[in-house]
Amino acid sequence: MTIRTALKHVALGATILIMLYPVIWMVVSSLRPGDEIFREPGLLITDLEIENYTLGWNALGHPFSHYLMNSALVVLGAIVGNLVSCSMAAYAFARLEFIGKKFWFAIMLMTIMLPIHVLIVPQYVMFSEVGWVNTFLPLVVPKLLATDAFFVFLMVQFIRGIPRELDEAARIDGCGRARIFLRVILPLMVPALATTAIFTFIWTWNDFFSQLIYLTDPEMYTVPIALRSFVDATSSTSWGSLFAMSVVSLAPVFLAFLVGQRFLIKGIATTGGK
Amino acid sequence: MSAISELSTLSKTRAEPARRENLAAYLFLAPWLVGLVLITVGPMLASLYLAFTDYNLLEAPTWIGVENFTRMFADERLHNSLRVTFIYVLVSVPLQLALALLLAVVLDRGLRGMAFYRSVFYLPSLLGSSVAIAILWRQVFGGEGLINHVLGWLGVAGRSWIADPESALWTLVTLNVWTFGAPMVIFLAGLRQIPRMYYEAAAVDGAGPLRRFANITMPLLTPIIFFNLVLQIIHAFQAFTQAFVVSGGTGGPSDSTMFYTLYLYERGFGKFDMGYASAMAWVLLVIIAVFTAGNFVASKYWVHYDD
Repeated sequence: MTIRTALKHVALGATILIMLYPVIWMVVSSLRPGDEIFREPGLLITDLEIENYTLGWNALGHPFSHYLMNSALVVLGAIVGNLVSCSMAAYAFARLEFIGKKFWFAIMLMTIMLPIHVLIVPQYVMFSEVGWVNTFLPLVVPKLLATDAFFVFLMVQFIRGIPRELDEAARIDGCGRARIFLRVILPLMVPALATTAIFTFIWTWNDFFSQLIYLTDPEMYTVPIALRSFVDATSSTSWGSLFAMSVVSLAPVFLAFLVGQRFLIKGIATTGGK
Repeated sequence: MSAISELSTLSKTRAEPARRENLAAYLFLAPWLVGLVLITVGPMLASLYLAFTDYNLLEAPTWIGVENFTRMFADERLHNSLRVTFIYVLVSVPLQLALALLLAVVLDRGLRGMAFYRSVFYLPSLLGSSVAIAILWRQVFGGEGLINHVLGWLGVAGRSWIADPESALWTLVTLNVWTFGAPMVIFLAGLRQIPRMYYEAAAVDGAGPLRRFANITMPLLTPIIFFNLVLQIIHAFQAFTQAFVVSGGTGGPSDSTMFYTLYLYERGFGKFDMGYASAMAWVLLVIIAVFTAGNFVASKYWVHYDD
C-alpha cells in the first residue's frame, strides 16, 4: 500500500512538472539574454539578464507602470461595484419576501449563462453614444449594477447558510432590514465577500475582450491590451522583454492565488465557477 | 425584556405590512434591476433589432429583413468558423473533463498533500485566460519553441505548430485541456459527498477498485459530470482571447483558428458590420441554447439523481 501511495505521489509530481514547466521556464527565460530563449529549454541560468525587465518596462509608449495603474483602477472599481451591488441583490433574494421573487431569481440565473457577445454590439453603441469609449466607465459601471450575476448567486448560497434566528433576534431588537443587512448579514458573509473580491480581481485583471473593445487609446491601455500591442510590435530578438512583462502581468494573479486559494477553491466547489 | 416592550415590538411587527417588505426588497434589488434593464435586456433586444438591419455605426440602421441571415448561408468563412469552433468544443471539453475526473479520483480518499495538489492543479485555470499565457503558448508551440526541443531529443522533426494550419487549432485545444483544474475541484467536492460506507460494503462483497469506480463512483457522480459538461461547453463556445493572441488577431493561419467569436469580432469591430455581427451573436446564443437543452434532454438517460 505504501508503494502504491509513493507511486501516486511520483505520478502526481510528474504531472505537475509537465503542466507547470512552461510557466516556470518562462520566468527563468525572462532573466536570460533574448536569443537564449530559443536555444535553451533548460532551467539553468548561466548569465543573469535583468535588462529584459528594464527594456520591457519602457518598450511601449508609456512605462509599464502606467498600464499596471490603469488595470488596478479598473480592478478596484469592479471589486467595489461587485461587492456592493451583488451583496444587496443577494440579501433580497435570500432573505426577503416580495412579489415576483421566483421570476426574478430565474432571470438572474439565466443571465449567468448569457454570452457577452450577444450584448456587446448594442452596449458598445450605447457607451459610445454617451462618450464612454476610452474611459474605464464601460468596464466599471456595469459591475455597480450587479451584472456579474454569478456573484449574486454565490452570495445567495452563502446567506442561506446563515441561521435565520440571527435576523429574527435583530428584528426583535428593533432593527430594520437595512440595519439587519449591514449589522448582521454583511459581517457574517465576509468569506463570500472575500471570494467575490478575489475572483473579481483575477477575472478583471485577465479580461481581454471588453478591454480590447472599449480601450483603443494607448493612454488608457490596461495590462492585457498593452501586452497584446507589445506582441504585435515584437521581433524575435525582444522575446526576453516580452517574457519579462508577461511575468510582471501574471505576478498579481499569482499573489492573489497564494493569498486567496482557500476562498477560491471553496467558491468554485460550492457554485461551480469557471 | 419586559412584557410592555415585548408587546410594543409585537404590535410593531404586526403593524408592519408585507407591503413594506416588498418595498425594501425592491430597494435592495434596485441596482440589479437597473443593470438588468440597461446592461442586459435592453442591449439584448437592441441586438435582436440590429440583426435585421444594415448598420455601420455612423449612419442610422436600415431595416433589411432577414438578409443578414441569408448572407450567412453563403458565407464560407462563417461556415469555417463554425467548424473550427465545434471541433474545439467537442474535442477539448471531453478531454478536459476526463483529465479532471481522473485526477480528482486519484486525489480523493485522504491522500497526503491533497490540498497542495488541488491548489497547484487549479492554478492554470486562473492563468489560462490571460494574454501572458497565450504569449507563452506562441513561443512553446513555435518553430524554435520548447515543444520542438523536447521532440528533438526524441528524434522527431519539429515544425511550427502555430504557423501550420493543420496543427494550430490543436495548440488551443491543449491550452483548454490545460485548465482542467476548475472542473477537477468541482469533481473533488462531489466525490466527498459519496458516503464511505458504500465503498466499504462493496469491498466486503469482493468488488475490486475498478468495479467500485464503475458501479459506485461513476453513477453517483453523474450529476456533477453533467453540471461540469454544461458549464464547460457554454464556456468553450465563448473562447476568444487565446485564439486572438496566439494568431496575432487574425484567426490564422488560413483561418484555422478562426473561432466564431473571433469572426464576430472581425465583422463587428474590424469591419463595423454591426448588423451582421448582431445576427451572428444571436445565432451563437441559439447554438449554445440548443446544446444546453440537448444536454438536459440527454441527461435523462444517463444522469442518476438520488431518489
